[in-house]
Amino acid sequence: MRKTSVEELKQLAIKMRQTALTMIYKAQSGHPGGSLSAADLMTALYFREMNVDPNNPTWEDRDRFVLSKGHACPIQYAALALRGFVPYEAIYTLRQYGSPFQGHPDMKKCPGIDISTGSLGQGLSCAVGMALAGKRDRKEYRVFCLLGDGECQEGQIWEAVQTAVKYQLDNLFIFVDYNNLQIDGFCHEVMPLLDLEKKFEAFGCETRYINGHSMEQIVETLDEITLNKNGKPKCVILETVKGKGVSYMENVAEWHGIAPNDEEYERAMEEIARGLQ
Amino acid sequence: MSILEKDIVIKKATREAFGDEIVKLGKENKNIYVIDVDIAKSCKTTKFIKELPDQHINVGIAEQNAAGLAAGLATTGKIPFVSTYAVFGSLRMAEQIRQEICYPNLNVKIACSHGGLTPANDGGSHQAIEDMGVLRTFPNMTVIMGADYYSTRKLVEQAAHMYGPVYLRFTRDAVPVIYDEHEEFTIGKAKKIKDGEDIAIIANGDTVWLAIEATKQLEAKGISVKLFDMHTIKPLDREAVLECIDIGNIITVEDHNILNGLGSAVCEVVAEEGKGIVRRIGVQDQFGQSAPYQKLLELNGITVENIVAKATELLQK
Repeated sequence: MRKTSVEELKQLAIKMRQTALTMIYKAQSGHPGGSLSAADLMTALYFREMNVDPNNPTWEDRDRFVLSKGHACPIQYAALALRGFVPYEAIYTLRQYGSPFQGHPDMKKCPGIDISTGSLGQGLSCAVGMALAGKRDRKEYRVFCLLGDGECQEGQIWEAVQTAVKYQLDNLFIFVDYNNLQIDGFCHEVMPLLDLEKKFEAFGCETRYINGHSMEQIVETLDEITLNKNGKPKCVILETVKGKGVSYMENVAEWHGIAPNDEEYERAMEEIARGLQ
Repeated sequence: MSILEKDIVIKKATREAFGDEIVKLGKENKNIYVIDVDIAKSCKTTKFIKELPDQHINVGIAEQNAAGLAAGLATTGKIPFVSTYAVFGSLRMAEQIRQEICYPNLNVKIACSHGGLTPANDGGSHQAIEDMGVLRTFPNMTVIMGADYYSTRKLVEQAAHMYGPVYLRFTRDAVPVIYDEHEEFTIGKAKKIKDGEDIAIIANGDTVWLAIEATKQLEAKGISVKLFDMHTIKPLDREAVLECIDIGNIITVEDHNILNGLGSAVCEVVAEEGKGIVRRIGVQDQFGQSAPYQKLLELNGITVENIVAKATELLQK
């Protein structure tokens, strides 16, 4: 199967950002900052890397994805809508009664969600369970898990990493969206994370540190780490910018969980359309 | 022979029932998994580890992770039993159970030894007196405590065969073996030990044998007792409670805080029906301490004498 090119992925990332932002704008509620910082990785995962089938979302051999930073679900919903897991119009129902797109991912309501999340620090444990089951069942599927940087302040993340290392889960791929912002401000002020790459490495993961907005680097890294079956879980720290792609949202903590007004939305859509500079 | 005529001589901890039954279940179904958190020996899963290592995981002292990992396993069709102490399995893991197991209604079982005051000498830190109440408030959760070795085995087996989250609570210490090996039990259906007309006693877990002893004494005084073993407090067997309401006088007995456990669950039905009087016997909303199990029960009035006294008092009203 031909893999989606970097150029195509860059164009898709524009659609992803626009879709996620449209969702939040329509709902007048949701989390733009962390959705935009994760947009490039999510595009590469859903449009190039992951082996999933929109027509059979519970296919047992599919690759799994766990959005541990569940509040960034608009960007995952954008991927699911654009890939046809749900009708595209569902994007106008975010956070509404009866919507597959709940405020935080709900596996019972939305096809393509492999586990419900929303309470930080818990998703990685679920991903470890899925990866462990895959190993025990001798399945080829892989598990991809996206963490927020702030949620690495939760102790359970490190409990889960220990287990992944103990059971040699080289079918588990952990990504940290290191945008350095959390609700109360910069991570280094709220609770310093220090060198996350070293931490994951010290726990026994094979790690990479990349520019999370360089599609070239993302693709190159995915190609490399997914081939390396060395008994170690992989962890990629993505240096990102919260709100990336919309100038007035970039690096502004307040854009963690608020929706743009009409004027802000128009401007955001125009800026996103120009692509990342 | 009725249970009341039987001499209760053998004692066995119900955690042993879990340890024995889970090996049988694991052999029958390779999707049955046990997740330990470093206390396999005291949770009686060592036989499972030895015989079914490929279905076993030990995450070390990391209960929250155990619950999340179990949820992940369940999404792939496994039936994980997280095995720990009741105080950790209900409280340390509470939010993970809520978010990752009950909210998505995944097929995970939380199997906990050291229920109620049974870890007596361990002291108040290890005595889970609020666990069943906490777990009972989570939608989709089933909450069970068997009364003895045989009923616990049957209930563990049924929990494995039913879909959905189940909280199972066992005793650390040995409790009398009440039932016959072949007795049948159904989750959500109270076991009627004896029919009667004057007063109803509803007990569960390690207090059922106290209720049986009290029933014997009351019957000897000419008081006719209806006795239920309410092993499942959620879903509560409403029909059984209604039968008791018809009698009017009800005593509940449990090794759990009187807040939010069996007694509370029964009171909810009684209040809704608007008739009947309930006296709750259980832990008196106070923490335990290191002491002999018997002493701790006495400190809370969870005794045969108190059941008899409460029954007599109710009948005199």
